[in-house]
Amino acid sequence: MRVAVEEKVLNENQRLALELRQRFHDHNVFCLNLISAPGSGKTSLLERTLETLSNDSKVAVLTGDIQTENDARRLARAGFPVKQITTGGTCHLDARMITKALSDWNLDDIGILFIENVGNLVCPSSYDLGEHAKVVLLSVTEGEDKPLKYPGIFHKSELCVINKIDLLPYVSFNLDAARENARKVNPSIEVVEVSCTTRQGLDDWLAWIYRRQLKTVGAAAPAA
Amino acid sequence: MHELGIAVSILDRAKLESARRGGVRLLKVGVRIGELSGVDPDALSFGFEALVKDTPLEGLALDIDFRKRVQRCSACQREFAADMPFSSCPDCGSAATVCISGDELDIAYIELEEPECV
Repeated sequence: MRVAVEEKVLNENQRLALELRQRFHDHNVFCLNLISAPGSGKTSLLERTLETLSNDSKVAVLTGDIQTENDARRLARAGFPVKQITTGGTCHLDARMITKALSDWNLDDIGILFIENVGNLVCPSSYDLGEHAKVVLLSVTEGEDKPLKYPGIFHKSELCVINKIDLLPYVSFNLDAARENARKVNPSIEVVEVSCTTRQGLDDWLAWIYRRQLKTVGAAAPAA
Repeated sequence: MHELGIAVSILDRAKLESARRGGVRLLKVGVRIGELSGVDPDALSFGFEALVKDTPLEGLALDIDFRKRVQRCSACQREFAADMPFSSCPDCGSAATVCISGDELDIAYIELEEPECV
């Protein structure tokens, strides 16, 4: 006897993600899911971002790692609510972890929620966290062919942030080829180039957040 | 690396189907895995076999339908298999194409033994 099922394998995750997205909508929360390989600069980008935002912007961060509270400590310096999710071995965040982490936060106090996923370019792409957009980071100390090697995450991301561009003179990274490769996998992906050391390009990143937030919730912009 | 967790989800869904039907024996689960899904078919099979080994479900088969990426051209509606990296529509050359298949991570069907007639 064959029973047609036709369901997502991650049906339960999808259900929780839809619940989260509805809650974000109800409370005007704009949520981004940041994904990259370990060491591309997700935490640094968030540090620079939080430093730039004024204290009355309602920003909060959930940051995932397999172990340690190090990232949460780094990010908490800016004074915004930050919570570490330690997965204890799991290579990605899932919607249940987000629901649990948000349980004692009042969503009315949050305008922008950044989720920093576990450093991994493969598994996080399978798990919807209720975010409005996925953002993939790539740094110039990696290969410009990374979008071709890991097409899944570049396919699902709305923005590609190319980080560490201050190092371009010292590495053989081809910026044009990287952009082109990202667009080969996802013709509609947007690309911004930043350096978290020199702060070059951070305005482009903040402007993208602002535009994308407006598109989603029409809420007031973060003061950049 | 997360294939074992995916295999657990598939197995849980199959067990639920069996329980709903009075505990009839499970024979096969059919899944669709797209090349963009981030799931490696070999690792998934390996994880699935490891989960059922030495359990009453040993021998339960996993049928993986692996789907390549297919794009549809927004200009001429031509659908084409997109060997990655792809660029534009092979017919009209338009770069505006959308992905219509290749990111599946679905359970298609579950096969169970026929229930005993009473």
